[in-house]
Amino acid sequence: MVEEIGRTADGNIIINVGPQHPATHGVLHLVITINGETIIKVEPHLGYIHRSIEKMCESLTYRQFIYVTSRMDYLSSHINNHACALCVENGLQVEVPARAQVIRVLMDELTRIASHELWWGAMAMDLGAFTPFFHAFRERETINDIMEETCGARLTMNYMVPGGVMQDIHPNFQQRVKDFIKLYKSKISEYDELVTGNIIFQNRMKGVGYLSPEDAVSFGVSGPPARGSGVSCDTRKTYPYEIYNQLQFDEILETGGDSFARYMVRIREMNQSIKIIEQLIDNIPEGDFQAKTKAVLKLPKGEFLQKVETARGQFGVYIVSEGGTTPYRIKFRSPGFSNLSALDHMARGSKLGDLVAMMGTLDLVIPDIDR
Amino acid sequence: MDKNSNSKNNSSSPSSGGGLVQYIKDVFNGVKSLLVGLRRTMYYFTHHKEIITEQYPDNRATLVFPERFKGEVVMTHDENNEHACTGCTACELACPNATIKIITKFDVSPEGKKKKAIDKFVYHLELCTMCNLCIVACPTDAIKMAQTFEHSVYNRADLTKILNKPGSKIREGVE
Repeated sequence: MVEEIGRTADGNIIINVGPQHPATHGVLHLVITINGETIIKVEPHLGYIHRSIEKMCESLTYRQFIYVTSRMDYLSSHINNHACALCVENGLQVEVPARAQVIRVLMDELTRIASHELWWGAMAMDLGAFTPFFHAFRERETINDIMEETCGARLTMNYMVPGGVMQDIHPNFQQRVKDFIKLYKSKISEYDELVTGNIIFQNRMKGVGYLSPEDAVSFGVSGPPARGSGVSCDTRKTYPYEIYNQLQFDEILETGGDSFARYMVRIREMNQSIKIIEQLIDNIPEGDFQAKTKAVLKLPKGEFLQKVETARGQFGVYIVSEGGTTPYRIKFRSPGFSNLSALDHMARGSKLGDLVAMMGTLDLVIPDIDR
Repeated sequence: MDKNSNSKNNSSSPSSGGGLVQYIKDVFNGVKSLLVGLRRTMYYFTHHKEIITEQYPDNRATLVFPERFKGEVVMTHDENNEHACTGCTACELACPNATIKIITKFDVSPEGKKKKAIDKFVYHLELCTMCNLCIVACPTDAIKMAQTFEHSVYNRADLTKILNKPGSKIREGVE
């Protein structure tokens, strides 16, 4: 898993971490130059899970291509689908019913909590604490059950379609979400007791992987890693889509710039998502869940862009249309790719053991980086 | 990029403070934080009712799946072995992965009129991503998602299924 593959001219050792390494959460291959325990250089090698999703989308229609994006950042599949649906709606000039908009935002925020919870468990597991993983999965399981009941799947839902959502919410949906909020509020203190306050955890996180705001901007880092450095970049605030501009929630900013700041951003973001859900869950308007659209969607000739805030950062969809039923070109801007690019800069000069803490707080999902 | 950007000097870690009093304080707080975590661990150690793990193969008989769970595409047949598929290929066109292939034939009615009907509704489960687009596209609700999930087989060919049952025909009145 970690093996020496050579030496540089000045005697530094080059080692491989991955592609099969438990701490990389997938097939991420890092070629690291070390001097003793100190990292000189980190080179991510990508391509192990490349599926040419952008090229695939060019042969799929505007209804069909959305499901593929669930396979990119599979932990925020709803939000990826949402971006694609919004982008197609931009082109079609479709007015989405209010009910569908509220359902979409609710699903987005549930996804965000589920994603952050899985990250929290995996993060603690990277640093050697195994139990938090199961605590996180207990709450996440409740969200998965809600998703399963309404969308029919637990991970790759394909629930957002151009014009609205695929099916109406399940009659139990509101009650189950309320039950989840109650459960979440009773259990969230455990997260702080088990991990946040733990002295071993704090010492391994604080001051590790410092990323200055200037560097965060220049590397194109977005999402919780950038907000941990104090860069205000929440797409829900800066470029509000759907109904986010009518909602009361705070953009979480930390100024530490280290792994602990990024950790705290995510923990506090979960509370904000709960706040959004609480505002909406009793106020789902009546009406259609899907706008009437034509059976065959044709986007007018032009270029369409939509950005959304996924659990990992800013996700963008860029469609170039020639007026046909399939896109001429699709470009996805995935947050994980840019966030990974800052890893080399963060890791230089720190110890090899801290690399895991940095990668953990970047919350890398490899199929998102390498699509 | 400079190597010193990762200095630990700006760390606010409890152990980086100075002085003996601070040191003892840090040790005390550190031990306390570990005990707080251990208290939570012991709570779950002694409260077995909080365990929510499902013992999967053992509870197979009592497993309940939501009705919308997307496990596999099936064609609904009624008690007369009749289905509602007209062979319009809307699902075939909606599918992103060429999972569905409809082979049609012409039925000859007793009056000598020719009518298009499905011969085989071929469904490749191995290509299916359970995106639900075919179900939404179907104008006659002939197909639906089943709640099965144990799809492992020894032979890849077993995953190619013919959804219309042998001898089945289209229900009267479905156009």
